[in-house]
Amino acid sequence: MSPFPSFLSATFRILISIVITMIGLLLITFFIGRVMPIDPVLSIVGESASRATYDEAYIRLGLDKPLIVQFFNFLIDVFRGDFGESLLTARPVSQDLIRVFPATLELATVGTIIGVLVGVPLGVIAAVKQGTWFDHVARVVALIGYSMPVFWIGLIGLLVFYGILGWVGGPGRLDIFYVDMIPSVTGMILIDSLLAGDMDIFWNAVSHIMLPAGLLAYYSLAYISRMTRSFMLEQLEQEYITTARVKGLSEHTVVWRHALGNVKVQLVTVIALSYAGLLEGSVLTETIFSWPGIGLYITTALLSADMNAVLGGTIVVGLVFVCLNILADLLYKVFDPRAR
Amino acid sequence: MEPILEVENLEISFPTRAGVFEAVRDISFSLGRERLGIVGESGSGKSLTGRSILRLIKPPGILSATKIALHGENLLDFTEKQMRNVRGHRISMVMQDPKFSLNPVMTIGSQIIEAYRLHSKASKKQALKATLEMLDAVMIRDPERVIRAYPHEMSGGMGQRIMIAMMLIPRPEILIADEPTSALDVTVQKEVLEIMDKLVHERGMGLIFISHDLNLVSSFCDRVLIMYGGRIVETCRADRLYEAKHPYTRGLLNSMPHLDNPKTRLEVLKRDDDWANQPSVSGALLMDDTL
Repeated sequence: MSPFPSFLSATFRILISIVITMIGLLLITFFIGRVMPIDPVLSIVGESASRATYDEAYIRLGLDKPLIVQFFNFLIDVFRGDFGESLLTARPVSQDLIRVFPATLELATVGTIIGVLVGVPLGVIAAVKQGTWFDHVARVVALIGYSMPVFWIGLIGLLVFYGILGWVGGPGRLDIFYVDMIPSVTGMILIDSLLAGDMDIFWNAVSHIMLPAGLLAYYSLAYISRMTRSFMLEQLEQEYITTARVKGLSEHTVVWRHALGNVKVQLVTVIALSYAGLLEGSVLTETIFSWPGIGLYITTALLSADMNAVLGGTIVVGLVFVCLNILADLLYKVFDPRAR
Repeated sequence: MEPILEVENLEISFPTRAGVFEAVRDISFSLGRERLGIVGESGSGKSLTGRSILRLIKPPGILSATKIALHGENLLDFTEKQMRNVRGHRISMVMQDPKFSLNPVMTIGSQIIEAYRLHSKASKKQALKATLEMLDAVMIRDPERVIRAYPHEMSGGMGQRIMIAMMLIPRPEILIADEPTSALDVTVQKEVLEIMDKLVHERGMGLIFISHDLNLVSSFCDRVLIMYGGRIVETCRADRLYEAKHPYTRGLLNSMPHLDNPKTRLEVLKRDDDWANQPSVSGALLMDDTL
């Protein structure tokens, strides 16, 4: 029916949906920027500036032009990667973002990997042993992860594992004397240190990321394990599971190959959303651990009325969400032949 | 005829809050190299009877029997590991709807090869060859394409033939077919039955054919057990099903329309509580059964 080969038209559809979503996102961020009761001119020139200075800055910012023109100028700037200058750091917002986003990306990725590696098996075993003590313990552990405030667990974690036991590095991404010792390639210290071949820095970074990432992992594994458990229970009731048992397969193969193979399909979305949630930057975790990530950056910017930084950060977070959703869609097709 | 399988005093019960529900109540039967039909309405215990032979009753169901013996070996004494070697390898089962009984995210080839390699030491290459041959035996055209396909790409009839191929490839001695054609179109039913019959016959297997379709069972099987309320109420040769004596069987037969004897109003089955309370009839193979 389609004039394109199927994969081309699928790619085309994905591109269209990215473009539409992104334009919508930009439109919303643009209007938030205009609606906010913050005078962008005033925050640049300061309160004691003269009328002439104020007007000059007003025109320089293009605020005298019609709204629609302003929006198009905003679009062009964004596509050029120009989000303006941050008031707080006095640097282009795009440079700030290149610095802070990898920190969050690193933290969220490590957190999600641990969350999946622990959460999925936990959920599977809880489903198989439904109603036993293991299931109840897993449920309570997940509930605690879900309901404890992160600032409390974070502080207690720092107190116990850093303060008392000294097992992990303290706040920040590295010990102070390691900072800026290796060239920043990806912005993610774990990768950069490996690229530079500096194992001391690598292990120091590991010891610093362990606690905050473990905390985020705990939070996400609580959700992932509960979802895995309920998906597994549903799949284990299916007839193809009986077929697998009739064939003489071991329970292990029935559960981990046949049932989990089907659960994978549903889990993709759950994991992608939880990952996206962590990529937004967990403000509390980043604050407690002095982790210079995007959550901390946006919050600080917001509190000091640094609108360029807030909008830039919002656009990056939005873009991450869109990309992860598309990735989840693609993975869904990989795991589920029916969706191809 | 020597029995392959003997089941004695089989009971399956489910504890509920309102007391113990007995789904199968003290039934005994045996199976030779024959086609044994088990007929009954929904809830009569026929499917559970089939699954109990593989010891696949899901908890909280409780299975008990004096014996379930395969060539004299009591399966009830087997460990779970030994049972796994029986399942698929010596006794296998085809279920109702291939839409649900095949794993949707695995290719057909990998599912059949998995069944085959589980019980043989064949290499991947040999397994692939055996799979292609088996698919050919169940009249699947273009098996090379089918092994790479997924279950949702198959029609119901093809799906069921694939299921039969998968269950027969480890060469079991007994096949339990649990309503294997109920989910299929009438036109496809016959084709699937013929393929199953041919393979079972060629390999000298025993077949337990579970169905609610009296006509189908009487024309397809050698011997029939009629179940009602968890008991076997009657057993007879399939070709003499129409001479059955039990009031339940008679009632079922009378409630069917006949082309050569049209009626304006069909009879309605009148149930008698007594049927379920009388002891089971033995479904054992008699030595003078000349099938």
